[in-house]
Amino acid sequence: MNMNQVFLGTLTGLIILVFAFFWQTTLSGVTRKIVARFHKRYGPKFYQEFRDIFKLLTKTGISHGWVYNFGVMMALGGIMGTAMFMPVMQFAAFPGLDNIFIYVYLFAVGMLGMAMSAVGSGNPLAGIGVMRALTQMVGYEVPFMVVVLAMVYGHGTASVSELAAVQQTAGLATWNIVKMPIGTLVGFICLLGMLGKKPFETFIAPAEIASGPMVEYGGKQLGMLMLLHEFSIFIEVSLFVNLFLGGAVTVVGYAIKYVGVFVLASLISQALGRFKIDQVIKYFYRWPIALALVQALIVIFLGWGV
Amino acid sequence: MSETMDMIVEKDKKLKEGWEGISRFFRANSLWMLMYCTGCCAIELPQAMTSRYDMERLGMGPMATPRQADVLLVTGYLSVKTLRRVIYAYEQMSTPKYLVAFGPCPINGGIYYDAYAVINRLDQYLPVDVYIAGCMPKPEAVMNGFQDLIDGIKNKTADGWKRYRDNYEWYKKNQVESLGELRIKDEFHE
Repeated sequence: MNMNQVFLGTLTGLIILVFAFFWQTTLSGVTRKIVARFHKRYGPKFYQEFRDIFKLLTKTGISHGWVYNFGVMMALGGIMGTAMFMPVMQFAAFPGLDNIFIYVYLFAVGMLGMAMSAVGSGNPLAGIGVMRALTQMVGYEVPFMVVVLAMVYGHGTASVSELAAVQQTAGLATWNIVKMPIGTLVGFICLLGMLGKKPFETFIAPAEIASGPMVEYGGKQLGMLMLLHEFSIFIEVSLFVNLFLGGAVTVVGYAIKYVGVFVLASLISQALGRFKIDQVIKYFYRWPIALALVQALIVIFLGWGV
Repeated sequence: MSETMDMIVEKDKKLKEGWEGISRFFRANSLWMLMYCTGCCAIELPQAMTSRYDMERLGMGPMATPRQADVLLVTGYLSVKTLRRVIYAYEQMSTPKYLVAFGPCPINGGIYYDAYAVINRLDQYLPVDVYIAGCMPKPEAVMNGFQDLIDGIKNKTADGWKRYRDNYEWYKKNQVESLGELRIKDEFHE
């Protein structure tokens, strides 16, 4: 990689970041409207999320010490760095470097930054929220990684854009949702856990632990956390689309797949109650992990889904 | 030399005003509420929030903690004991912040005007931006009050947080007179 490629890659990454911000923030607003229609309400304007974020950035923010401030920046930086690596359609900022493990490790930087910052605020509810978030992470990471590693074993590559390209060779029949239906189901359940949608909303729980890690955030810091939230949704949903739904070649295909996954997750969230944290772990370590192992055995020993 | 300085100052002022205008647009259209629901007027909030009147149309929504919120809703009477907590909550909110008082009780005591444990006038202790009349105010009145608050933010009349900052000595004196002592208990730094 020479300097020219690095420069071009960084530029593409920044474009992907800007795209991710406008795309996901608009989509979050639209989803709020769809959810409102399900409640027989009219709902906010579709650009409400932009208003919320910019309002928070214009407010004054108090600090709870340098760990708190530094953690927010580390979290936002880590998540934005991860988002830059995400292939969007055929565009990838750093081709050949979009390995699945990049996302696993870089994403953890953001999560740990947020955990550090939240605990730095000194509120016990933030500590409980962080503890729950990390416990839940242990819950969904294991079945998700079992499925993804089976997929990597079957296709012989760990690059996300190559995994997407493999699925685009013969249309619908080569998508992983058709070839690995059990794995896709597990992936979707784990996606609900990653997004913090409702059966797995335990670490937010506004009525129980006053929104968990976010309990002491206000003003600018909360605005940065909302930005972080939009970027992390972008990473998680994009990863699901690329791994299981065959990526996307055209803008229309990308939009349909992405919107479909995110809106479905949001609507499921409206219909369910909240698990307790021990129920989350028991749930993830019962059904998703069993199904994930079945899928892995099928891929490894029967050779289906390759 | 001084003319260029004046021009720079003038330009700076204009820029600041423009930025304030943009900020006010966002603040007016995205109000997050902290509901202090110890009074009976709180019973009118669910109707205003759910499908009948749909508060989310105005960009309003409930929030979990004072730090995240922009608007503090005091729904009805305040006993001296709860006043202390309201003051803590209000002071934790990040500026700009607004306070909406429901019903007659925060205005002049309402039916509790002669109760020994209930304060009569809230604006002696905290700056109120909007009063919503009615015992209890109907959801229409609640929505109307929020619309008034939004208009107030847009044309700069909802400036309670500035009044609180400028007249802090006076508010503090009233608070101490009523509560006896204002003590913040800080478990983590003691």
